[in-house]
Amino acid sequence: MKYKTLFAALALTASAALVQPAIAQQGVKIGLITTQSGPNAGLGRDMVDGFNLAIRHAGGRLGGVPTELIVGDDQFRPDAGKALAERMVQRDRVDIVTGVIFSNIMLALSDTVLKDRRGVFLVSGNAGPSELAGKDCNPNFFSASWQNDNTHEAMGQHMTNAGIKRAYIMAPNYPAGRDALAGFKRFFKGEVVAEVYTQLGQTDYAAELAALRAARPEATYIFYPGGMGVAYIRQYAQLGLMQQIPLFAPSFSADQTILPGVGDAAIGMFSSTFWSESLGNPANEKFVADFEATYNRIPSPYAAQSYDAAMMIDAALKATGGSLANKDAFRNALRNANFQSVRGPFKFNTNHFPIQNYYLTQIGKDEKGRLVNQMRGIIFSGHADAYVGQCKMK
Amino acid sequence: MSLLLFLEQTLNGLQLGVTLFLMAAGLTLVFGIMNMVNLAHGSLYMIGAFFAASFTQWTGSFFLALPLAILSTFVVGVLVEAIALRTLYSRDHLDQVLATFGLILFFNELTKIVWGPISIFMDVPPLLAGRVELIAGAPYPVYRLAVLGVGLAVALGLWWLIARTRLGMLIRAGASNREMVGALGVDISRLYMLVFGLGAALAALAGAMAGPIYVVEIGMGDAMLIKTFVVIVIGGIGSIRGAFVAAVIVGLVDTFGRIVPAQLGLPTAIAEMAIYILMAFVLFFKPTGLFAARA
Repeated sequence: MKYKTLFAALALTASAALVQPAIAQQGVKIGLITTQSGPNAGLGRDMVDGFNLAIRHAGGRLGGVPTELIVGDDQFRPDAGKALAERMVQRDRVDIVTGVIFSNIMLALSDTVLKDRRGVFLVSGNAGPSELAGKDCNPNFFSASWQNDNTHEAMGQHMTNAGIKRAYIMAPNYPAGRDALAGFKRFFKGEVVAEVYTQLGQTDYAAELAALRAARPEATYIFYPGGMGVAYIRQYAQLGLMQQIPLFAPSFSADQTILPGVGDAAIGMFSSTFWSESLGNPANEKFVADFEATYNRIPSPYAAQSYDAAMMIDAALKATGGSLANKDAFRNALRNANFQSVRGPFKFNTNHFPIQNYYLTQIGKDEKGRLVNQMRGIIFSGHADAYVGQCKMK
Repeated sequence: MSLLLFLEQTLNGLQLGVTLFLMAAGLTLVFGIMNMVNLAHGSLYMIGAFFAASFTQWTGSFFLALPLAILSTFVVGVLVEAIALRTLYSRDHLDQVLATFGLILFFNELTKIVWGPISIFMDVPPLLAGRVELIAGAPYPVYRLAVLGVGLAVALGLWWLIARTRLGMLIRAGASNREMVGALGVDISRLYMLVFGLGAALAALAGAMAGPIYVVEIGMGDAMLIKTFVVIVIGGIGSIRGAFVAAVIVGLVDTFGRIVPAQLGLPTAIAEMAIYILMAFVLFFKPTGLFAARA
């Protein structure tokens, strides 16, 4: 299944070759590495679907050139992700690697891609580890998402703005969990009653929630992606805490990969995000409507990021006349990519991470009775990350 | 920690304990009687939860869905036993581990194909949706109390089945000496199939009841399986009584292990190690577990 797209592409190429021999055609070959098995397979599905939708919107040809997409499953394992990157870069000879949900996988494979002598580009569709934003920033690395801390910083700022004095903060005990709470604390000026780390993959929070209730905080901030988020939010509601102690979370705990599993328990929860399904701009309205029409579900940020990654590649290729031969020209084109991002205003910082807005949303129901993130305002406009100073690129 | 919080955490620990017991009972019987290491036991827990969620959506009733899910998973368990596991009984444990690990991957992928890659919704039945103030100032979800009650009832039922019925007699005999039971003319393959089906049904019950509180997702049984193995090793392989006592102990140690170190300012890694430290401790004094079935 992993290489279905590749086989389809090969079959097409083979049949085309029969009809149309010996026409050397320039094109772009893109490798999309994402998680397609295990509990996080839903994130990978959105990533692949978002990218494919962008290719369709570009008429099947990004930048007007033949586009070949090779999709691979990293199985949520850094070693498997690195092996995939090696295969795509060395054997399949892709021009660009994209996708990559998890930062540990990104860090495992980034050298493989970026140190290849052909000059392969890496466009992150999600992971934004501080290393790649700061000291290990690279001219051929671009982020179509955010730096890992940003979404948490936004909620820290919002809770400070809201005058919250005592917050209880929780995350799983792994690097991204610690980064998340560090980012939150960078902008939250009130008192942190307790900073609790739980086991990665834990889904029973009865003990932690009893302790939380006993500590009587004013608000709770959590970073629980995936199934952990589903379990946490439901148990929070089942204890009757939603009304007593408002729950705040980043989009990773409030997006469309989570909400269907949580159900109505999530109503009223606040979330910080760089993009939402209800963000009103023409590019996003088109994206959300077409995504729904094609895949019969509301897109998540993973789909939006992946769509944007494809759209910026499209814009850069158009600027170079569809050519990837001159790497410097393509890099410059990507840096100044002129595309309508579904998130609204977008530009790259000197470390190739976005400078963009962060919004506050609240979970409610749309006119069809489905749970969605409703816009409640803007927290940061034109927000950059905290690591850009450590990056030597200008 | 105040007395009230202590009582609430004890309830939480007991509730986790009985859920673990439902898993451990089946696993310990299969391990003890068939001498079979079944890593796919967590998959049966997952399938039970997915069945229960789907049946709840179709029938509109959790209470109708529960027996349907248990029955369906029983059938799945019997089929798995007949198709995949029967040839493995005579093989060594490593082969069994490899084969049943393969089954985990198979069931995860199958679940993704049938139910899609994201978690699916399963709500607490309206009848059990509220909270009661058993402990003043700490309203406790009725549903969690119901899980505790069902777990205890099943434990009692299993005790009756094992200690008082003919089938139970065969199971006990099988756990202490398989070859002899076969030599005495008991249809051992039918007994195996029943035991495996029973284990599957119990895992399904645990999964179905866990669905509304935790999360119904691919791989949900994997974390549960690790704790379950700790339980059966502590309890003594093949012993239902051991599984019950160990499950309650592990449930309590795990719950308090997640709270107490943090309050004392100790590293949180202790929470993740607590039950393994307990296991090492028990094995040091009783290498065959608390209630070993086989002498």
